[in-house]
Amino acid sequence: MSQADLVVRGAALAESPQAPVDLFAAKGRILALVPAGTRPVPEGAKVVEAEGMLLLPGLTDVHVHLREPGQEWKETIATGLSAAAKGGFVNVMCMANTDPVNDQASITETMLDKAAKSHPRGPRLFPVGALTLGLEGKSLAPLEELRAAGCKAYSNDGRPVADSELFRRALEYASDLGIPVIDHCEDPYLAPGAGVNEGEVSARLGLRGAPACGEAIQVARDCLLAQYLGVPIHLAHISSKMSVDVIREAKAKGAPVTAETCPHYLILTEEACEDYDTAAKVNPPLRTRADQQALLAALEDGTIDVLATDHAPHASHEKETPFDEAPNGISGLETALSVTWELVARGELSARTLVSAWCVRPAEIFALPLNRFQEGDPADFILFDPSARWTVTPKALASKGKNTPLMGRELTGVVRAAYVAGKNAL
Amino acid sequence: MTWPHKDLLDVTQLSKADALEILRAAKSFQEINSRPVKKVPILKGKSVVLFFAEPSTRTKTSFDVAGKRLSADTFSLQKSGSSLVKGESLKDTVLTLQAMKPDGIVMRHNMSGAAQFIAERLDCAVINAGDGWHAHPTQALLDAFTLTERWGSVEGKTVLILGDITHSRVARSNVHLLRLLGAKVRLCAPKTLLPHAVSTWNVPVYSELDEAVRGVDAVMCLRLQLERQQAGLLPDVREYSRRFCMTTARLAKAARNALVLHPGPINRGWEIASDLADAPESLILDQVSSGVDVRMALLHLYLTRKERKE
Ligand SMILES: [Zn+2]
Repeated sequence: MSQADLVVRGAALAESPQAPVDLFAAKGRILALVPAGTRPVPEGAKVVEAEGMLLLPGLTDVHVHLREPGQEWKETIATGLSAAAKGGFVNVMCMANTDPVNDQASITETMLDKAAKSHPRGPRLFPVGALTLGLEGKSLAPLEELRAAGCKAYSNDGRPVADSELFRRALEYASDLGIPVIDHCEDPYLAPGAGVNEGEVSARLGLRGAPACGEAIQVARDCLLAQYLGVPIHLAHISSKMSVDVIREAKAKGAPVTAETCPHYLILTEEACEDYDTAAKVNPPLRTRADQQALLAALEDGTIDVLATDHAPHASHEKETPFDEAPNGISGLETALSVTWELVARGELSARTLVSAWCVRPAEIFALPLNRFQEGDPADFILFDPSARWTVTPKALASKGKNTPLMGRELTGVVRAAYVAGKNAL
Repeated sequence: MTWPHKDLLDVTQLSKADALEILRAAKSFQEINSRPVKKVPILKGKSVVLFFAEPSTRTKTSFDVAGKRLSADTFSLQKSGSSLVKGESLKDTVLTLQAMKPDGIVMRHNMSGAAQFIAERLDCAVINAGDGWHAHPTQALLDAFTLTERWGSVEGKTVLILGDITHSRVARSNVHLLRLLGAKVRLCAPKTLLPHAVSTWNVPVYSELDEAVRGVDAVMCLRLQLERQQAGLLPDVREYSRRFCMTTARLAKAARNALVLHPGPINRGWEIASDLADAPESLILDQVSSGVDVRMALLHLYLTRKERKE
């Protein structure tokens, strides 16, 4: 066994904060995790004193929009990955709705190249390839070519596939390649273009609303297809109780579906769109307190497997318009862990679920590097100060996207270090 | 008295006392409008921009007349044919308007919340002349004034709002204002033209007009847009008018001396039978006259607000 070259002393695991631990790593891999002070520190090892910090496996975000190539004024791969590191993410999956769309190897390769040049120590970038050519929903993208270039999933996110026959064929073809499909569930005929829930707020403000059933109908289609074909589907950014109920039933019947939700659906409701606040305009829209409760329960019981940010940066002038004109999306990489940690601190989410949904399940589902603190695992971990407070300001965010309804809020919990394969990416 | 509000974006901003004060002021301007010379120097030297990003001849003319009778200088800015607003963001239009230093802006826009958007960015008074499906406060105030003229007060009266509620800023503002002033409100429309969450408004909703009209003191008809049929919300106009056209026979089921209103422009035979539109029960032309009275009152209150405070 090799000698430890990195030792983290005195941090605590989120699930057992009363029992501090020491972490030993060598050459970017985990050697051991032991009760604090029970094993000597080898000479020459780099020692990180981490008393009072939480030690978490690095977070994996399976759903971000990095806007490069094509919309670099909103975000670049460089700024996006900096934001990811600040948020505690070691693996980042970026969606294909760039301009041009990531539907060919050369685009994927360019993305990976930019990531390697700007962030050689990580976070690691894993592009998501387009499911259909140009995301147009008419013909399949060259899925094998995309896999060979480094794509870890396929998705039409941003422009969901309405044609169920085409979607079925895409699922079949992708499953041959062993790569999962991520679906943005939205019936495009039900309230096209809405960025607010159909409910009390939309009725009062005079805005076109998106009904929860517009999401659930497509969730149901996907669950039935997954079960019928026996192929996996990952359901992106689930926002409603109605969808949760469908997924729970489908999973009970053995449908190979997995699902994600985002922090903003857990902490905000449609009321955040009051006063036509375009920072809260997101698709799917923020819904009701009942939806929020259902999502939290679904995370706890495993109906929803994964947390993801759906980080969608936009320039401020793009959001500074009347509500109808504003683009959908919330910049979320840097606030994600703080706000979900607050849910843990308030007892609305268990620490075990937090670790599972941010760190373990996303890496499992998409076959990405995963640290379970066992010997040989990649030394991907973060040190999180759970009591430090910070205020969300434009300057505090490394992302170019300052579009968050949390702007100005004080949050609890700061990522002090983000190690990717034994090296701090912060 | 001092007027507490910088802008009029929605009737929800007004207290009952505010609304009654506006109606009282409108009454005094009604007197001016019946004189042979209908001009007073109250707003001499003030400039009012009529910014209509969505065309509306009636509302714009009404504000124009109101402004001119108060001796204000009125300027029009329309979306069509104006390079100022073509392809330009609303924010840049606002900055341009600000640079012209107007005392007030009357704004019509096809997007809900647009009036609030500009009001937050301008120092001068902003009067919402209709934004998207959201609010049309001056219409609601003129409707209330028209009814008050007939009844003395709307308190205790029942008003039925009939037609396309979902897409109607007139309905949203009237539901709130009429109830604020003590009236009871009912709605009648096919489900496709009602907001899904209409139950949160806590007003009775009817799908049968014959039932809805029973015992009401006034029926407020809304304009039907042809595109609702094209969007699949209705079978066709003929079918719509079979179910929802206000007729003399249907009005006979209402309370004695019941009245009908319509914000105009009317589609004769669609929302309201032609003979009823011209009948003594119809307040349609009274609404137009009241519009000038109420808008004079509003321009007066909002544009002299600061001077009154001092
Ligand atoms: Zn999406």
